Amino acid sequence: MTNETIPDLLEFNDSALDKAFTALEKRAGDDAAALRDSDGAEAFRLNWLGRKQGILTEVSGRWLKGAPPESKKAVGERFKKLKDLVERLLEEASSAGPSDAALAAEAIDITLPGSRRLTGAEHPITRTMNEITSVFAALGYSVGVGPEVETDFYNFECMNFPPGHPARDTQDTLVIANQERRPLRDRLLLRTHTSPVQMRTMESQPPPVRIVIPGKVHRNDAQDATHSPIFHQVEGLCVDTNITFSDLKGTLDHAMKALFGSSVKTRFFPSFFPFTEPSADVQISCIFCGGKGCRKCKQSGWIELLGCGMVDPAVFAFAAEKQPAYDPKKISGFAFGMGVERIAMMKYGISEIGQFYAGDMRFLGQFA
Amino acid sequence: MNILTKWLRSYLPELPVSDTQLAEDLTLRGIAVEGIYDLGPGNGSLYEMDITTNRVDAMNHYGIAREAATIYGLQLNPLEVALPAAGPATQPFSVRIEAEDACGRFTARVLRGTTIGDSRDWFPSAEVSTYFGLVGQKQISNAVDATNFAWLAMGQPTHAFDLDKIEGGIIVRRARKGERLKTLDGIERTLDPEDLIIADHVKPLGLAGVMGGWDTMITSATTNVLVEAAWFEPMAVRRTARRHGLHTDASHRFERGADFNAAPVASAIVSRILLANGGNLEGDLVDVRIPSWESRTVHRQPITLALSEVHRILGVTIDKDGITAAAVEALLTSLGCQLTSHSAQAPAWQVALPSWRLDLEREIDLIEEVARVYGYNRFANTLPSFGEGVKALPWAEAESAVRRTLLAAGFHEAITSTFCSAIEASLTAPLPGQVVPLGNPLSEEAGVLRPSLVPGILNAVAGNLHRDVADVRLFELGTVFSGTTEKVDERQALAFAALGLLSEESSLHPARAFEFHDLKGAVAAARALLSGTPAAIAICLAPVLLPILAIASGVGPMNVRPLSLHAAANAAFSARNPYPGCTASAPEAFAASISASMRR
Repeated sequence: MTNETIPDLLEFNDSALDKAFTALEKRAGDDAAALRDSDGAEAFRLNWLGRKQGILTEVSGRWLKGAPPESKKAVGERFKKLKDLVERLLEEASSAGPSDAALAAEAIDITLPGSRRLTGAEHPITRTMNEITSVFAALGYSVGVGPEVETDFYNFECMNFPPGHPARDTQDTLVIANQERRPLRDRLLLRTHTSPVQMRTMESQPPPVRIVIPGKVHRNDAQDATHSPIFHQVEGLCVDTNITFSDLKGTLDHAMKALFGSSVKTRFFPSFFPFTEPSADVQISCIFCGGKGCRKCKQSGWIELLGCGMVDPAVFAFAAEKQPAYDPKKISGFAFGMGVERIAMMKYGISEIGQFYAGDMRFLGQFA
Repeated sequence: MNILTKWLRSYLPELPVSDTQLAEDLTLRGIAVEGIYDLGPGNGSLYEMDITTNRVDAMNHYGIAREAATIYGLQLNPLEVALPAAGPATQPFSVRIEAEDACGRFTARVLRGTTIGDSRDWFPSAEVSTYFGLVGQKQISNAVDATNFAWLAMGQPTHAFDLDKIEGGIIVRRARKGERLKTLDGIERTLDPEDLIIADHVKPLGLAGVMGGWDTMITSATTNVLVEAAWFEPMAVRRTARRHGLHTDASHRFERGADFNAAPVASAIVSRILLANGGNLEGDLVDVRIPSWESRTVHRQPITLALSEVHRILGVTIDKDGITAAAVEALLTSLGCQLTSHSAQAPAWQVALPSWRLDLEREIDLIEEVARVYGYNRFANTLPSFGEGVKALPWAEAESAVRRTLLAAGFHEAITSTFCSAIEASLTAPLPGQVVPLGNPLSEEAGVLRPSLVPGILNAVAGNLHRDVADVRLFELGTVFSGTTEKVDERQALAFAALGLLSEESSLHPARAFEFHDLKGAVAAARALLSGTPAAIAICLAPVLLPILAIASGVGPMNVRPLSLHAAANAAFSARNPYPGCTASAPEAFAASISASMRR
């Protein structure tokens, strides 16, 4: 729609006026019919009703003002009729929807699947660790962390593995190079368990302590289906006055029910860890067969899941060197620990531990 | 360790329960039976045992029978040690303990006129061939079988020497510098002055408590035998065994503490089996004991145990009466302890300990025994009263936000090796030269602590390509290491890598390839969430076989520059993940790592 100007009006008799106004009415009608959208309607409005350059302004300025006095009324009547028409056409153009042609051009198939960015999957180890820590968070345990490279003191000695003690044989250790000349307790190694964080926490705060410690640990083990030099643990430590073995039992029984379902039962067996006494292994009733016996639990109905015990007084004695409140005659506590890979393998039916560290998109994608 | 119920029952003829029940009852007391195999009519069962390292006393048949006797309140048959009368000796066999710090007891018995050959069953309680056949112990000769029998029966290592090869007598001493000994495994060893050895007046005869010597070994020609049964100090044996890279049944036992009183018993068992093939004893048992060791083992100080401590540590039982003073007395007495009561008001005892339980040293050890024999599952499940509020780690929210953001952006979370090769480390270390090697790496490829997550994540990318997975988006949030072998610094780092097509599902538009600027956007998003200023950001524009590293420190525009186009880079990654068809036109992969200072 171009801004065509209107012709000059040479005669003001009725037939000349009719002809001139009819032409404009037709032009307005044609313009309006060609409108497709709201942008077009706005252009139509500007073209016809614009204050400065609109056609009606021009009609008014040239035809109405230029008419001899005796013709003013005849022009005025026709001008009003034209203006009404234009306003009506504009109103119709603005209120009506787009034309069929316009609709056809913009058609979408709303039945096609929605577009979306596929989300990634949290690692099953992270997920399992988070599940465990949140169970203990609900029991009042804060998360504790510590370094992966530890000293012999924190990894072994203060956990009651004396230098040269056979218990050290059970945890094959990866060591940092060039430590031979240093005093044994300062030698650097990759922590074999998350237990050093227990001592670091006790050294930094007096009792009560309730922490849950998720973390990566390393051992000098050859890789096979269920062993890996890299794995993860979650440990917990609770120290206060009057913490008892029955508290340990109740806490873990509750935690296992929270993790695996309220019908899960626990049972405790005497075991040995240098840093706890009494020490226990904990079994839960098989989560696959409910305790009847199946392939997963080797027909026993039970699955061994964690180690625990009352904190050994020797461990408290080390803590008391920096925090005298850890007097084993006044306070007591329990600690527990579990292997995250083992739990994740059981929960998700994974048979090769190496799958966790391969970064295979297809494996990880299953956990999205 | 394998145990025969037939053998166990020979010590407990009145055992009232089935093998299955016995296994369960033992397991509930911490003497874990991992597997039970029926050996057929009249042969009982074979138990596969897993005994914890502190219970070295229970790593044999008599030890387990002793534990079973306490469970059912049975009388345990004593081991049969009666020997025929000994003939006179012109003079007692000479034994001298020179290393008194490391050898507490040494017994020697002389047998003359013995015949070395197949062991003959020695009824009633040493059915060598029956037991060995069932338990899977090879029969070798009566001399070897006799010491193996004593070991399996009651866990005391013994050794038999060819008496005629011993010159003078026995001296237990430290080795002299440069002394040599050929041990029973046929290896010629140079001894260390710290090694504890059994010697005669001329030469070393064996590594004490570890392994005997070749030259005094019993052969088919042997007629006169010296039977040794001794008690050695744990650390001395452990050091000797370690120095020579040996771990034997004997060293295992001595390292964990043998029973001081067991030596003469084991010596008698060995002698009885040997004498079944003829021969006779000469002289009495020579038994040299070091009083200071005797008082630190057999006659060690009693331990004080208070009932209040038992309750303070163990808590509530299901049974209303709980653990009473009478229960404590009964439980500990059944284990061979002798209790002397202090006072009736606040029950407490002086507890004298059995010689075979060197693991019992402190009050807490006795409390554990009370709990163990009482039964762990008879304690109630209680919850401690709620303590203080939960404190969140200061960086936990940032880490969790980064993880959520990258998950939402379509990256899967990976956990890769903590280790990488030295060459991968040198290519990716944000702080050049700060790479920490391991002293005993699992392999050369895992020789150093990772200074960056990039090698791990790129190897994961390459692994996916190798498995024909072309579209990869991975991130890892983990620890990276710098510093030196004197002081290792750890920080949390973030890395992500992408390759192939964007993870968008659309029925309208074709899938678009992941571009550099997608990665840059992800870096920006992650960086915005990290508290503090990241120490370094590295972006690898990596056709997987040819990493190009760009490092931008701190804030400001990312200064992308190739760090290495050297062939070494190519080799470092391609050697580990060779995959076909990806050489000249390798698909582009992008990896970025942020070495963040979230955790301080």
